[in-house]
Amino acid sequence: MASVPTAAAQSLPVEPSEGGLGEKLRGVLGYMRRNPPLIVGLVLLLSLLLFCGIGALVYDLNRARPLSVPPGLPPAADYPFGTDNQGRDLFAVMVAGTPLTLRIGLMAGFIGLFVGTVLAFVSAYYGGLIDTIIRGVVDIGLTVPGLLVMIIIAIAVKGNLSVEQMALVVACLAWLYPTRTIRSQVLSMRERAYVQVARLSGMSGPEIIVKEMLPNLLPYLLASLVGATASAVLASIGLEALGLGPLESPTIGMTLYWVIYYSALLLGMWWWFIPPIVIIIILFVGLFNLSVGLDELANPRLRRSV
Amino acid sequence: MRADYVLKRFGIFLIIVWAAATLNFFLPRLSPQNPVREKLTQQALSGGYLQSGIQEMVKEYEAKFGLDKPLWAQYLNYWDDLVHFQFNYSIVSYPRTVLSMMGEALPWTIGLLGVTTLLAFLIGTFLGALMGWPGAPKFISNYLLPPLLTLSAIPYYVLGLVLLYVFAFQAKIFPIFGGYAAGVIPNWSSLAFWWDVAQHALLPALSIILAAIGFWALGMRAMMVTTQGEDYMIFAEAKGLKGSTLFLRYAVRNALLPQVTSLALQLGHILSGAVLVEIVFSFPGIGTMLYQAIRANDYFVTQGIILGVITSIGIATFILDLIYPILDPRITYRRA
Repeated sequence: MASVPTAAAQSLPVEPSEGGLGEKLRGVLGYMRRNPPLIVGLVLLLSLLLFCGIGALVYDLNRARPLSVPPGLPPAADYPFGTDNQGRDLFAVMVAGTPLTLRIGLMAGFIGLFVGTVLAFVSAYYGGLIDTIIRGVVDIGLTVPGLLVMIIIAIAVKGNLSVEQMALVVACLAWLYPTRTIRSQVLSMRERAYVQVARLSGMSGPEIIVKEMLPNLLPYLLASLVGATASAVLASIGLEALGLGPLESPTIGMTLYWVIYYSALLLGMWWWFIPPIVIIIILFVGLFNLSVGLDELANPRLRRSV
Repeated sequence: MRADYVLKRFGIFLIIVWAAATLNFFLPRLSPQNPVREKLTQQALSGGYLQSGIQEMVKEYEAKFGLDKPLWAQYLNYWDDLVHFQFNYSIVSYPRTVLSMMGEALPWTIGLLGVTTLLAFLIGTFLGALMGWPGAPKFISNYLLPPLLTLSAIPYYVLGLVLLYVFAFQAKIFPIFGGYAAGVIPNWSSLAFWWDVAQHALLPALSIILAAIGFWALGMRAMMVTTQGEDYMIFAEAKGLKGSTLFLRYAVRNALLPQVTSLALQLGHILSGAVLVEIVFSFPGIGTMLYQAIRANDYFVTQGIILGVITSIGIATFILDLIYPILDPRITYRRA
């Protein structure tokens, strides 16, 4: 789960100094100070992970199952977040559900980014008819409301979805946006001097892509991964809130589904819907800031301070 | 406006509709489930019948619905129905057709979505223009931008839930659900009914507008900053034009173009979010109808809504594509 933050920390553009770990660390910290969104994003996401990690260690997650605790209790010492109408302990649900939701998002994000990168390179590097087709599919795919297409897919594979199947459903459309943005990056990169030199010195197409372009694209890919993950989480929560998710898993979106299903709002059971809302807000604001911070890292000339 | 531009855009619209309809046809048929058998088994179970005759009944119904024919014949049949606007009947509320149900729900969604999208776009673009303009008051970018950006990261419906709880449940300022007060018969000629609807629509509208403004403001601000480096801006300033002319006719006019492009691209995304807002507020539009159809396994209604909505978005995008050359005449000359 921690792969996003650590990967971000590793790929920071530290000057190749000989000063050892301390020097490097100072370089990283110095950069972070100039990039507040990155810090905000990392802190929010890390605190969410910490909450789940510590929670999983000290709390009995079996209580996330229905009928495991008395239903409908407000928060108390025994049940810090209270319990829902079906006898789930909401603290356990949040601790168990947040990683599930993140897993759906990250799996779909990775698949989307991988497929998107491959298509973007094929499209931008080779051009021609294949470029026209890929670009056409992406342009049209992006105009269609994604949630609706995913609803058709989710209904077609219905019968209880697992968390992994859920990730695959969301991944079906997760590659569209990365394909478009990475393609335009590759297009501009293709004309840069070092790629031209590599081509003149006789490197083959795939070799140039892997050895010359991919390394330079890494920070940008990382920013795209965060963006793709955020939209995958958004899509998965949307599908789940409609009742098309993994009904037996206590994900954040399924919690919202039960909140709407049992009209927790009208019952005044604020402890039922406030935790998932707070977690969703922390998650999205964290991912948003992280992607703005990584954008700035990938594209320092942009300097779009937020 | 050149004919080939219009034709090309119309072609894209047709492809969107074709792709959506084809997905709608093939995806459910790829799944191993048999909707007819499932429905019959369900009914047999709820009625307590023995299931001995089910096999024959499934055959009978499949013949009736044409499901025993080869796939390509079914596909042609399906298109024949679509072209004649035959969207079938609702399974749950049987004598009603999907088309009539959609006709009832669609105006609500178009009203809510049209007004909120337009308002969010205008307010957001205006704020963004001010944020990217050196002469504008600083408090906008200092105090208004951060909260708006934070809101833009939050899904519409989550914001909707918060607003609903705070303003409708706790403060009791606004009604808590529906599109109009319970028990009232819709009567669009009475002013009181309009007022009632406005009260019900305010919170859903607010949750979409508040969450969307930040997105438009951010895009507009970036474009305003870019335009300021352009030669024509420096030239206009050197000519001694008024600040307001520079701002509106030179900077905003040019920065607006990519905003309109991204409006066309965002429509689908906005709609996906608005569907869930409707559900949170039980607003009587397409989203709530879709939610109920999914919950009740009302197959034809779900399919009809999805196809209808994708077609509407296609039409909206097509219209925006036609408006765009009026704003930026260069677009039709480009061969893209």
